[in-house]
Amino acid sequence: MNNFLSRNIFKSLFFSVILSFFLLGAGTSARAADQEGGNKTDFIMHHIQDAHEWHFATIGHTHISIPLPVIIFEVGHGLRFYMSSDFVDEHHQGIEHDGYYIDAHGHLKSTDESLTYYDISITKNVASLFISVMLLFGVFVTIGRRYKQDPLAAPKGIQSFFEPIVIFIRDEIARPNIGEAKYERFMPYLLSVFFFIWFNNLLGLLPGAANLTGNISVTLTLALFTFVITTFSGTKDYWKHIFNTPGVPWWLKFPLPLMPVVEFIGILTKPFSLMVRLFANITAGHIIIMSLIALVFIFESVYMGPVSVLFGLFMNLVELLVAFIQAFVFTLLSAIYFGLAAEEHHHEEHKEKLGKASA
Amino acid sequence: MELITPAFGLIFWQTLIFLVVLFILGKFAWKPILGALKAREESIEASLRMAENAKEEMKNLKSENEKLLAEARADRDKMLKEASRLAEEIREQAKHDAKTIGDKMIEEARTSIENEKNSALGQIQDQVVELSLQITEKLLKKNLADDKAQQGLVKDYMKDIKLN
Repeated sequence: MNNFLSRNIFKSLFFSVILSFFLLGAGTSARAADQEGGNKTDFIMHHIQDAHEWHFATIGHTHISIPLPVIIFEVGHGLRFYMSSDFVDEHHQGIEHDGYYIDAHGHLKSTDESLTYYDISITKNVASLFISVMLLFGVFVTIGRRYKQDPLAAPKGIQSFFEPIVIFIRDEIARPNIGEAKYERFMPYLLSVFFFIWFNNLLGLLPGAANLTGNISVTLTLALFTFVITTFSGTKDYWKHIFNTPGVPWWLKFPLPLMPVVEFIGILTKPFSLMVRLFANITAGHIIIMSLIALVFIFESVYMGPVSVLFGLFMNLVELLVAFIQAFVFTLLSAIYFGLAAEEHHHEEHKEKLGKASA
Repeated sequence: MELITPAFGLIFWQTLIFLVVLFILGKFAWKPILGALKAREESIEASLRMAENAKEEMKNLKSENEKLLAEARADRDKMLKEASRLAEEIREQAKHDAKTIGDKMIEEARTSIENEKNSALGQIQDQVVELSLQITEKLLKKNLADDKAQQGLVKDYMKDIKLN
């Protein structure tokens, strides 16, 4: 009991130290921006977006940041490797290096306009991606090994925490939406995408962390994965329903293919909505928390402190919930799309329905 | 606009890494986890079914036992009845036999008594005859000295003989 209490106290102490560090970092960077004549809320956008270095805090004129590798693929010349610290001087002002520079928006630009190149740097988000994936591997490969050792043993420790979630995804998401016959083949993707989003949502809430799942590139890629899997698992019925929807009056399909066009747009809006939903929810959460902190700098009053701390704390707790909900929603909708694509219709049933409708 | 412009580099890494995630987790995490969950569920179901079967079997066994017991009891009753009937029969038989033997013995005894009586009577007769003859002889020897007496006696005898 005592041990448990002291551990809890230690945990909350640790957490508050981290939190204060975060607040300090956010505060000082805002103050720095203020001193430099910038906007008081610039730090919000700075945090939300990707960057070539991992910036934690700015105290006075000292930037606390981790330089990250900059990798450029130059068409015709191959790969070029630099460090993000190569592109700033000692005052943290952007400089040109080897024909490249990082502009005010954080974009890598070449001084040579005619050059075709791709920036595949290990940015803050990519570094965060690596960390989260290592964490995912660490957690789930360990669990997997334990299941392999003794499949019939009762789960224990970390295993018993994740097992109900895995069962939840299988029994509440995959089975009812995809169907008993085909759900198993989609399980690895659904589980991977769920835990990937959930872990990254939670990691994004940590102070100083990257906003990975609130980045449009990441959600775009995840949505594309769902789209590709949906498209490739489409049955004949699925395509028939799109291009020649049964049960619809003929004049909606010919001479103007109204229904097929609507249905076809539907295929594209599904992943688009997935992409926007996750991006917007996570980014919005981050912006709200940051804005609550920014209130202190805007009002420049000590009385704002308790307000922003309380609201910030509340929002953080809400974000913990949102982290789970968004991962769940993405997984659920993916499962529904897979279910629609992989569904096998019983034609007799359809004819019956049509017969009833015409009668 | 900045916020909603996808970056090539991040898409590249995300695609690459997510494919690795799918492969590694699929192979080393989801496969054993889902397999184990399924195996566990199947084993639980099998165990439950087995328990149910065992219960059913137990019930069957119990009823069978009861049947056997009832049969045995019925057999015992039948045997007891049979035995008592047999005993009764034997007793009856014995009684009957004893009576027969007794009757026979009594008959035999009676016959032999009769025979003995007859032979004894015969012997008595013989002795009587002999004694009579001896008496007669003695009498004759004493009385035949007188003729007249002899003649009277003969006459008497003759009378008797005629009457017989």
